[in-house]
Amino acid sequence: MNRHAVGAIYRFEMARWLRTLLQSIAAPILSTSLYFVVFGAAIGTRMGEIEGVSYGAFIIPGLVMLSLLSESISNASFGIYMPKWSGTIYEVLSAPVSALEILAGYVGAAATKSVLLGLLILATARVFVPYSIAHPVWMALFLVLTAVTFSLFGFILGVWADSWEKLQIVPLMIVTPLAFLGGSFYSIAMLPPLWQKIALVNPVVYLISGFRWSFYGVADVHIGVSLAMIALFLTLCIGVIAWIFRTGYRLRR
Amino acid sequence: MLPIISVSALNKVYPSGLQALEDVDLDIARGEIFALLGPNGAGKTTLINIICGIAMPSAGTVRVAGHDNRADYRAARGRIGLVPQELFTDAFESVWATVSFSRGLFGKPPDPAHLEKVLRDLSLWDKRNDRIMTLSGGMKRRVMIAKALAHEPEVLFLDEPTAGVDVELRRDMWALVRALRDQGVTIILTTHYIEEAEEMADRIGVIRAGRLILVEEKSVLMRRLGKRQLRLQLSHALPALPAALASHPLDLSADGMELIYTYDAASDQTGIADLLRELGAAGIDFKGLQSRESSLEEIFVNLLRGHP
Repeated sequence: MNRHAVGAIYRFEMARWLRTLLQSIAAPILSTSLYFVVFGAAIGTRMGEIEGVSYGAFIIPGLVMLSLLSESISNASFGIYMPKWSGTIYEVLSAPVSALEILAGYVGAAATKSVLLGLLILATARVFVPYSIAHPVWMALFLVLTAVTFSLFGFILGVWADSWEKLQIVPLMIVTPLAFLGGSFYSIAMLPPLWQKIALVNPVVYLISGFRWSFYGVADVHIGVSLAMIALFLTLCIGVIAWIFRTGYRLRR
Repeated sequence: MLPIISVSALNKVYPSGLQALEDVDLDIARGEIFALLGPNGAGKTTLINIICGIAMPSAGTVRVAGHDNRADYRAARGRIGLVPQELFTDAFESVWATVSFSRGLFGKPPDPAHLEKVLRDLSLWDKRNDRIMTLSGGMKRRVMIAKALAHEPEVLFLDEPTAGVDVELRRDMWALVRALRDQGVTIILTTHYIEEAEEMADRIGVIRAGRLILVEEKSVLMRRLGKRQLRLQLSHALPALPAALASHPLDLSADGMELIYTYDAASDQTGIADLLRELGAAGIDFKGLQSRESSLEEIFVNLLRGHP
C-alpha cells in the first residue's frame, strides 16, 4: 500500500478545496439556505404536514441530498479532469500507485468534502427549521455511502469528459433534474399513480427516501430497497472504474 | 551488470493504425547518459511514455532494474523520474507544495532536507513559497525537474529538457545533469539540440519512424560515421575544378578560393598525400589549410537521410 501517495493526492485535493472556500462551501450553503428560507420558513408555514412532518423539516433531507449529489460529482469529476486537462496527470500515471490508491485519494477527498458540506448544510438548516434525526447512525451511513458512490460516479465522468462542457452537462442536465424530481420537495405518494410508478425509475428517489427515513422514520420506499439501490449503483460504478483502469480508457494512451 | 532499463521487442500501434514503435530493443546501462535522437514524430516520447508507464505498449516488455514495468510496476516506476517535454504544472500550487506532492506520490516519506537541497541545486529555494503561475518559463522548467528529483530516482528521463530555455539555463541544466550522473543517476534524454547530445551523452540512439536504427557509443559513432574535411585556401581563384583532380572527392567554393576535400576519418588511406602531390603537379598553389571533423549533427542528418 502506497499510503504516502494516497495522502499526497488527498491533501492536494483538500488544499485545492480550502483555497476556494467561498465557492466550495459558502456558495452551496447560501443557495441551500435560500431554499430553507423560501420553502421552509416562508411557504412551509402555510403548508400542511407530510406524513406527520412539517414541510420545512420534510424538505431538509432532500435538500441535503441534492447538495451532496451535485458536490460529490463536481468535486470528483473536477479532481481528475483538471490534471487531465492541464497535463499534470502524467505524474500520477507514472507513479507507483495502484488504481485503488488513486481512487482512495481522489474519491476519498471528494467524498470528505461532500460529507462536510452536507453536515454544514444540516447545521445551517437548524437555524431556519427545527428538525430531529431519528436514526443518526443510519443517517451518517446514508450520507457517507451516497457521497462515496456519487464521487465514484463523478470520477467516471471526469475520466470520460474531454471538454469542460461535457464535465458540466451530466450534473446540470441529468443529475439536478433527477434530484428535483426525486422527492426533494414532496413525497412521491402525493403523485398520481402513473407518475408514482415512473418516479420509481429515478434512482435518486431511493436515496432521498432512505435518507429521509433516517431523520423521521417515514419513507416512500422500504429502507432495505434504498440501501440495495445504493449498493447496486456503487457496484456499477466500481465495475466501470475497474474497466477504466484495466483498459486505460482516456487515461493511458 | 544488469541494465537499469531493458526494452525488448517493444511495439506500439495507435488505434488510428499508426505504428509509433516497431520492434524496439534497447538496454540502458546504470549510470550512463543516453541521448535519444530523432526527428519529430519518430517515436521518442512514445518510447519514454511506455517505459514510464504513461502509455501502454501493443507488444513487448520493459524492465527497470529487472522489474517488469507492468507486472511489478511499483518497483519499476518508483525508480524513475520523468521531466516531460511540455510544461505541465499545477499553476495555483506553491513550488514547495508541488515538490512535496511529487515525493509523496512516489511513496517516499517527507524529507524537507532533501527537498531543500533539490530546490537549492535548481536555484528555486527563494521561490519555494511562490505560486507556480507567477514563475517564468525557465523557472517552471526547473520546477518540473525538481518534481522529478523529489523522490530520489535512479533513472531520470528528460524529454527535450532545454527546449525553449535560454543559454544560461541550458548550461545550468547540463551542469545539473552531469552532477546527477556523478551521483549515480542514469540519465536518458531526448533533444533536438544535437550539440546537447554531443556535449553530454555517453551513448547515442537514433530513432526514425518508430525504429531504433542505431545505438552506439558517442565516441565510436563519431569515429565510425564521422567525416573529416580538409579545406585548402588557394593562392589564386580557380574558375572550375581541374579535370586532373576529378577523381578526388573535392568541392570548389563559390568564390573559387577554397578546395574542400572530404574523407573518411576512420580509414587508414585518406588520400591526402596523393591529393597534395597532384595539386603540385597541376600547378595549384595554396596558402593555408584547415581540417575539421563532422559534427554529430551532420552524422545525424546523414543517418536520417539513410546514407551514413
